[in-house]
Amino acid sequence: MVHLKVNGSVQAFDGDPDMPLLWYLRDILGFTGTKFGCGMALCGACTVLEDGKAIRSCSTQMKQLEGHEITTIEGISTHGPHAVQKAWAAVNVPQCGYCQTGQIMQAISLLSSKPHPTDADIDDEMSGNICRCGTYQRIRAAIKEAAKERARSQS
Amino acid sequence: MTRRRFLQGALSASAFVRCVAKVPLFAKTAGNVAPGSVAPSIDATAFHPSIFLGIQADGTVLIVAHRTEMGNGVRTSLPRIVADELDADWSRVEVIQGDGDERYGSQDTDGSHSVREFFDTLRETGATARLMLVRAAAQQWGVPEAQCVADPAHVVSHKASNRTIGYGELAALAAKQPVPKKEELKLKSPSEWRYIGKPAPGYDVTDVCAGKPLFGMDVRVDGMLYAAIAHPPVLGGKVKSVDDSATLKFKGVKQTIPIDPFTPPHHFQPLGGVAVIADNTWSAFKGRDALKIEWDNGEHAVYNSPDYKKQLQETARQPGKVVHKIGDPDVEFSKGGKVIEAEYYAPHLAHASMEPPAAVADVQGEKVIVWSPTQNPQGVQEEVAKKLGLKKENVTCHVTFLGGGFGRKSKPDYAVEAAVLSKTTGKPVKVVWSREDDIKFDYFHSVAAMYIKAAVDDKGMPKAWLQRSVFPPISSTFDKDAVYGSDGEMSLGWNVIPFDVPNFRSENGKAVNHVRIGWLRSVANIYHAFAVQSFANELAYAANRDPYDYLLALIGSGHVIDVKQPADVAAKYPYDTTRLRHVAQLAAEKANWGKKKSGNGWGMGIAVHRSFLTYVASVVEVEVDNSGAVRIPNVYTAVDAGIVANPDMVISQFQGAAVFGTSIARTGEITATNGVIDQSNFHNYPVARMNDAPVYVDVQIVESQAPPAGVGEPGVPPFVPALCNAIYAATGKRVRELPLTRNGLF
Repeated sequence: MVHLKVNGSVQAFDGDPDMPLLWYLRDILGFTGTKFGCGMALCGACTVLEDGKAIRSCSTQMKQLEGHEITTIEGISTHGPHAVQKAWAAVNVPQCGYCQTGQIMQAISLLSSKPHPTDADIDDEMSGNICRCGTYQRIRAAIKEAAKERARSQS
Repeated sequence: MTRRRFLQGALSASAFVRCVAKVPLFAKTAGNVAPGSVAPSIDATAFHPSIFLGIQADGTVLIVAHRTEMGNGVRTSLPRIVADELDADWSRVEVIQGDGDERYGSQDTDGSHSVREFFDTLRETGATARLMLVRAAAQQWGVPEAQCVADPAHVVSHKASNRTIGYGELAALAAKQPVPKKEELKLKSPSEWRYIGKPAPGYDVTDVCAGKPLFGMDVRVDGMLYAAIAHPPVLGGKVKSVDDSATLKFKGVKQTIPIDPFTPPHHFQPLGGVAVIADNTWSAFKGRDALKIEWDNGEHAVYNSPDYKKQLQETARQPGKVVHKIGDPDVEFSKGGKVIEAEYYAPHLAHASMEPPAAVADVQGEKVIVWSPTQNPQGVQEEVAKKLGLKKENVTCHVTFLGGGFGRKSKPDYAVEAAVLSKTTGKPVKVVWSREDDIKFDYFHSVAAMYIKAAVDDKGMPKAWLQRSVFPPISSTFDKDAVYGSDGEMSLGWNVIPFDVPNFRSENGKAVNHVRIGWLRSVANIYHAFAVQSFANELAYAANRDPYDYLLALIGSGHVIDVKQPADVAAKYPYDTTRLRHVAQLAAEKANWGKKKSGNGWGMGIAVHRSFLTYVASVVEVEVDNSGAVRIPNVYTAVDAGIVANPDMVISQFQGAAVFGTSIARTGEITATNGVIDQSNFHNYPVARMNDAPVYVDVQIVESQAPPAGVGEPGVPPFVPALCNAIYAATGKRVRELPLTRNGLF
């Protein structure tokens, strides 16, 4: 039995301990905002936060998660859209949108450790997340927008 | 409320209600549809003059997006065309996704024709409803129709008496008006447009960013089983024997089911193989990995890419079937003047959309419901019906969002798999393709070899031009004996070139397919533009001229040329090289072409191409270091697509096309060994990431009142040769074979 928190709720999992978190979230809990893209931690579509830090849920097994706290895209906007989501909408980032929840989770993780990321910081942190529609230019702009907005709201 | 209602259209309320019952958390996480709520329907509105449009008594305007959303923005652009002519308030519009239904006309969302094909129809739809609303108001007030106007939005006004009435209040009376004839409609002039040509954010941007269950991969239906399929490693392969004993021991695995191999041609039929049915995706995948299958690989096990490449190149060196001829190039070639020739090669590509193929089917007796991310919902209906021996109208296809399509999801083989498995199990089944399935069993973009030869005058301008392309054609998917490119493929940048050359001949050689060939974003334009635009650049250097100046000289002063378009297309969309010239000038100007000297690892390249009726020029700037690493700091794109519905979406499409083109050029390569595809996932089929994509893509849209043309695909073809030409300018290294990784570059 694995005990963990998902989006603030306590969960107990007694299935296959090798099951990747991705499929627990999607097929068992129904949090389908976390996407399946590659299954090998190559594309970032499945990115969620583990204790506030971005991880690839497709390559994180349930047995590794005892006592940890997972946040998915569904868990970041309980009090209205997150600042990063707002920036994404303001810049009109998405095309197909499939990778964007993973991108947003990765960006939240980035901004939590680097509130004022440089272009190089953004490249380093975001290059594990593939967008096949090619929205990278807008993702970069949205991250800068979110950082600016955060600085404004805190000043 | 607006967003809540949307999904009922996309995924059907009943499915949601059912899965809410089974998976309590789902209701909480999805939150899109309240149990027991009723899906909005055009037919149920107070006023519905068209299958595309309905107005409710509360003033809510429902507009159907009948084509597929996959990042192309059609759920925004198409409804805004209707809303514009209707003079509707966009904030009171709800977009409903159309199911597969032939009454809508074409729903094949490929070929970049959503706006161009439906622009007139959708405007007339909006204008018809507006006129009926105006007439209803005039009747209610007892005033002449001419004194009533739809202004401000969503309201009819009688200015003389200072009266207004809302669309909702008018809906019931409007419904009683006779539907006006087309001649009675007064379409707005472009200066009166509220939405057409004005930038707008995506209608669904908030839901997308919230992670709502919009995609085919996200569909969950009560009692649903999950399936992963072991497909034959080689096209046309069959199962000789299968040992599923280890598979059946896994917790969660229910059963295995053989799927019949297809009868050639493969068309959109399932590939066959063995399906593993489980109660979650992970168990299905794990169970599949444990299958022990012996395959009969069949005739295509002979397919080895290095050998096949040699065959294609050899064929390209021999005379082929003549596609089009102007003058007689052979006379010029026989004169013994200066001749320049080059060969080009471009490999297979996989679509690799971020959402691998997935579909849910629920077969209930004679009826089938399919939820599918599909570019071709009527194709889903047809293929499922054909496979199960049912009538097409008994198959309902709900169209979900697509996590990318790029042409792959025009082919509904995976939806047919779901239907076959649902029929066998008696339960709803979701088929999920892994990334490995997606890459290994794609309908691949064709591998192609091209040969071009030109005889040039003393100024280096071509007097004669011969070009020959060879590739296994898309038609081999529908006709197993097809070996020549179709007229359609030849029209994609090959039959005629937009250059002033008095003697010209295009040819096409034979090639046999060994994998499924399909269309991928901009199709044969990719390799054809790569060859033609690279060769034009080679001629410029051979003539010791600036490539941009030379390109303008090749295009000439500008006039209408005959590119063998169907008569109706040629009448509406003549190929005018003035427009091609103009985009070249615009992109070059924006890029400050010629201001900085190329060389020492820095350079700019230019290419132009018209595809899907849109004229595009790309200028690409590169920095190449000593290790061969190629950085792309800037791309300057100029686009003449006629009238554009949503300029911001057009900018997105062309920004994305540069990234898509980067993937093609830098690393895009699918190969086969003994018929088995060598690549499987993003580690060996890499695509552009943020740190190797173009940093900045500038997009200039030419203001035009010409009829709307395509925007989803045309950005891709000129980008690739512009990049390769830039690399030549920077390094002196000529890329004649894609991808860059075959040239010591990356």
